[in-house]
Amino acid sequence: MIELQAIHKSYQVKGVAITALTDVNLHIASGEIFGIIGHSGAGKSTLIRMINFLERPTQGKVVVEGVDLDSLDDEGLRQFRQGVGMIFQHFNLLGSKTVAANVAFPLEIAGKSDKQSIDKRVDELLDLVGLKRHKHKYPRQLSGGEKQRVGIARALANHPKVLLCDEATSALDPQTTRSILQLLREINERLGLTIVLITHEMDVIRTVCDRVAVIDSSKIVESGPVSQVFLHPQHETTKRFVQEAEHFPVEEVGLNIGDTTQKTIRRLTFMEDTVHQPVLSRTAREFGIDFSILGGRIEQIKSMTCGQLTIALEGDNTRVHQALAHLAAQGVTVEEVAL
Amino acid sequence: MSNVLNAWFSNVDWLDIWLATVDTLLMMGGSLTLVLLLGLPLGVLLFLTSPKQLRASHKTYTAVSFLVNILRSLPFVILLIAMIPVTVFLTGTSLGVMGSIPALVVAGVPFFGRLVESALREVDRGIIEASLAMGANTRQIVLGALLHEALPGILAAATVTAIALVSYTALAGVVGGGGLGDLAIRYGYQRFQLDVMFITIIFLLLLVQILQSLGTRLVQHFTR
Repeated sequence: MIELQAIHKSYQVKGVAITALTDVNLHIASGEIFGIIGHSGAGKSTLIRMINFLERPTQGKVVVEGVDLDSLDDEGLRQFRQGVGMIFQHFNLLGSKTVAANVAFPLEIAGKSDKQSIDKRVDELLDLVGLKRHKHKYPRQLSGGEKQRVGIARALANHPKVLLCDEATSALDPQTTRSILQLLREINERLGLTIVLITHEMDVIRTVCDRVAVIDSSKIVESGPVSQVFLHPQHETTKRFVQEAEHFPVEEVGLNIGDTTQKTIRRLTFMEDTVHQPVLSRTAREFGIDFSILGGRIEQIKSMTCGQLTIALEGDNTRVHQALAHLAAQGVTVEEVAL
Repeated sequence: MSNVLNAWFSNVDWLDIWLATVDTLLMMGGSLTLVLLLGLPLGVLLFLTSPKQLRASHKTYTAVSFLVNILRSLPFVILLIAMIPVTVFLTGTSLGVMGSIPALVVAGVPFFGRLVESALREVDRGIIEASLAMGANTRQIVLGALLHEALPGILAAATVTAIALVSYTALAGVVGGGGLGDLAIRYGYQRFQLDVMFITIIFLLLLVQILQSLGTRLVQHFTR
């Protein structure tokens, strides 16, 4: 669907080349919600603008639905952009036009001039985002969340296949953020739309995304399914993002649990079936071992519940290892923890 | 009442004042119309070709900007006199209302153009980016978004321009341009009739006040 191949982007600022992106490869599948997370200045804004060619790569290729964007002329590119919606952190609505006129603008750009059919489409879209009653208001009269809903309605006007979200919830409070993310999920499911979003909040990624790429100093340092990246972060930056999303430190009560030589410390990750079953206590009983919980978290990743526990196992060494093998066989991910 | 007026303003010929006021309004109105029609595209051109904008062109921007700066740096009296041959060529006369309009337009267009340019610059860049992302071309962005968003600023600029034109029309009196300024120079200055001077000042003041409050009201109406 969306393919970024060996993307390199640099700017000339007063004769000095500044690298914004280097060696970026991404494949975004049709119908998924793909998140890109990074700190400000990491290059994520540049990256998302590659997908509709608001920023052109210095090297590399952007292919969307089999079309190499570089092969398009100006008119071709405009046509292409009419099929890609985009929403923004600061909404970028026309303050001088009503909600209805804002939503109608992309329709007019696409060359539709029949007032009635425009009005009908505007009503449909405002219905979809739940803003029908605000049709004749001006953006100034709306709350932040409502403004973003107008932005979403406007972005969907020309039936795009892709929706790009540029920090769409970063200017909103947590509750409004949730409702906007909920709306994005609904749209993704109902319209089968591919959504690419950038953010600096792991919570956003966890709530809506299927897959995620972590970007740090112009490079993608880690990517994969959200559950994978979230529960088993590899790169330092990713670990920090995961920690920020926690309400308590991930790395356990940890370091002063006494004599660690007598104990086996493991991190267990429970997903899908294993979340809802008493796997741990059954195993402990069966193998006659004890454990104490050093840390843990239960997470909602999109619609999946996951649990992660760090435990210290005590007892006969062979039995402990048999127990761990048993847990792994049940579908629990067992990892060693470096203390 | 009229006796009192006549006693205080013994030199004032009210018909003359009336005719001069009409002349001033004609000069201002005629030149303002042309200034708005020509200055708006000039402002858009300046904005679009300026660095980092949609049609950024160093050459065009520098050239147009240079021309605008030259015209704006000329004092209006000098422009008025220097333009006499052109004025005669265009209107057949260098006197009266018609004789002053070309110079007023030439002075007003760059003035208004610059103001339009800066009004457009006030529009949030995000609006342009959003329009580009929707696949808009330059014409659609200018007509559908930029001018719409900048309308209050442009109306404010038009008000400032109209008032500047009123003061320019007063100068047009120097070369026999007619209007209230002409009256003030011929009677108030050359014949030292202070009452005539006083009345023209009052009338010009009123005109400026009316224009300003009209402009302010329009700006408010279009500010969302």
